Amino acid sequence: MLEKLLSASRAYYVWLGFLLCLIAGCGLAYWQQLRTGLSITGMSRDVSWGLYISQFTYFVGVAASAVMLVLPAYFHHYKKFKRMIILGEFMAVAAVVMCALFIVVDLGQPQRMLNVMLHPSPNSVMFYDMLVLIGYLALNIVIGWVTLEAERLGVEPPKWIKPLIYLSILWAFSIHTVTAFLYAGIPGRHYWLTAIMAARFLSSAFCSGPAILLLLVFLVRRLTGFEPGKDAVRTLATIIVYAMCVNVFFYALELFTAFYSQIPGHAEPIVFLFAGHDGHLAWVSYWMWAAAVMAFISLALLIPPSSRDNPALLPFALVLLVAATWIDKGLGLLVGGFTPNMYETVTPYMPTAREIIVALGVYAIGALVLSLLWKIALDVKREVGNFSG
Amino acid sequence: MNKSRRSFLKVAGLSVFALTGGLAARAAMPGAAGAGIAPGGYAKGEKALRAGRWAMVIDTRKFAGPEDYEPLAEACRAAHNVPRIPDAQNVKWFWADSYEHCFPDDMNAYPDDKTRARAYPLLCNHCANPPCVRVCPTQATYKTEDGIVAMDYHRCIGCRFCMAGCPYGARSFNFKDPRKFLPSPPPNPDFPTRMIGVVEKCTFCAERLAAGKMPACVEASDGRVLFGDLEDAGSNVRRALAADFSIRRKPSLGTQPGVYYLI
Repeated sequence: MLEKLLSASRAYYVWLGFLLCLIAGCGLAYWQQLRTGLSITGMSRDVSWGLYISQFTYFVGVAASAVMLVLPAYFHHYKKFKRMIILGEFMAVAAVVMCALFIVVDLGQPQRMLNVMLHPSPNSVMFYDMLVLIGYLALNIVIGWVTLEAERLGVEPPKWIKPLIYLSILWAFSIHTVTAFLYAGIPGRHYWLTAIMAARFLSSAFCSGPAILLLLVFLVRRLTGFEPGKDAVRTLATIIVYAMCVNVFFYALELFTAFYSQIPGHAEPIVFLFAGHDGHLAWVSYWMWAAAVMAFISLALLIPPSSRDNPALLPFALVLLVAATWIDKGLGLLVGGFTPNMYETVTPYMPTAREIIVALGVYAIGALVLSLLWKIALDVKREVGNFSG
Repeated sequence: MNKSRRSFLKVAGLSVFALTGGLAARAAMPGAAGAGIAPGGYAKGEKALRAGRWAMVIDTRKFAGPEDYEPLAEACRAAHNVPRIPDAQNVKWFWADSYEHCFPDDMNAYPDDKTRARAYPLLCNHCANPPCVRVCPTQATYKTEDGIVAMDYHRCIGCRFCMAGCPYGARSFNFKDPRKFLPSPPPNPDFPTRMIGVVEKCTFCAERLAAGKMPACVEASDGRVLFGDLEDAGSNVRRALAADFSIRRKPSLGTQPGVYYLI
């Protein structure tokens, strides 16, 4: 099926060329980071993880979210997702590739990364995170490729793929749970030391991931005429709104525990995130308030079926939802975990331009992987008449 | 076609032979060359100081401001080639800070003025239950049998999970090349300088204990910092802890710090 990549429109190749140039350009910033170390980032002794690890965390969620298509389709035989499912699986592949790269760019000594396998440490959550991510990547590549091949040949997928699909459903939950355990098992970081972290991660993933998928599918519909199916879109939008409600509810639970118990350690990171310190708002506070406002507007638009099914309003609401969840998990989570620091003081963190450029490069690689895989999938669908109408 | 298949089989056969031969040779090794020291093992020198669990007791009553700790910090920096980097991406093994920052649990809201005004030293606590060791994905940080939390700078991949895991902020990452901030030659040529991209911290001077010497900060403290075996009821640290009231940093986290402060 790789031959599908050889016959594409000029615009597609221009897009690939643009991505390659972007990757090369951002690669220069990474080259500089390799030579001069992570000193080019805004991280410090007190805020020792930053944008890279937060993007890793966010995209583990995006990867896990494919399960929101796979589970209804295979556990509940919801046939209407069948057309879109491959796009979710291939998006998961691209997302896991991005996760791996965000870890690599965050390492101080990336050429030693195989030490994680050479000296396996079952006491470290990072060890399990590596295992589940590699496993999830393999599962989605195999399942996606085999089912797409079967679709092209007009036959049922082979029987042996079914157990792998069921496994991938459980596996999707595991990747984000283990990622939450990276944070939730650390003593002394109050913002992270919460039993609901994994549940929050999953709920945030199950709204933001499908929202990103839907937005990309809408884009592809405009560009190629691919029709995901009205009912499929409607059902996925319903799943998104339920997951977002749960996500906001879980955050409210955090607020209750922190502020009713009045244990200073629990409240301080949240106070910092929303109110700064010493009367000065931190830059992240503006973002957090924006996230809160966007979360509620997106819910207000998504909960009533009339506006949720409105083709003009839905993309707008989804963009707000993605932005809100990205700020919560892709910025606030890390800043809140490290602020106040271990001496109850504030060491500010803001990503540097070069740090953002390196992250942008990883985004571009993800976009490249996604563009290649989706092109194959969409061409196969066009070939077998499973594309529009 | 046939020819290429034949040559492929030849190469494949040779590779399998070479691989299995190599494995067999390796399997035969431990009997011969590996007889000396078990892999990863080492023997203590004759002069080495020994303990069940090393611990430190700091008599903070005998120090006042941060300047009183400066000779100790300087001794540490000189012994371990710790650079002075003047920004937030710095490296610290032993340093002084205020009462509030050292003991944020605020155990006594109204301590006497002297106690509140004093500076307190901060360093790795060499916990009995260290979170940094638990989270390290490569065992680059590990506990020795005498209770020291040690670092292998050559195995560390620089993921900084240990820095997130340490509740005491005891760990530093080499964001910058530390050698650029050291004189040449470095203060102590017998101790390695670190490279960019690895984590480091206080090691309770394991290398000095192995040579029969007390830690550098203890030596520089004129007896105000005690160092000894926590498991020996007659040791200097145990007698000091029995005689005076002491506190540890964040004891509620269950890490069991090995650094005690006499207040």
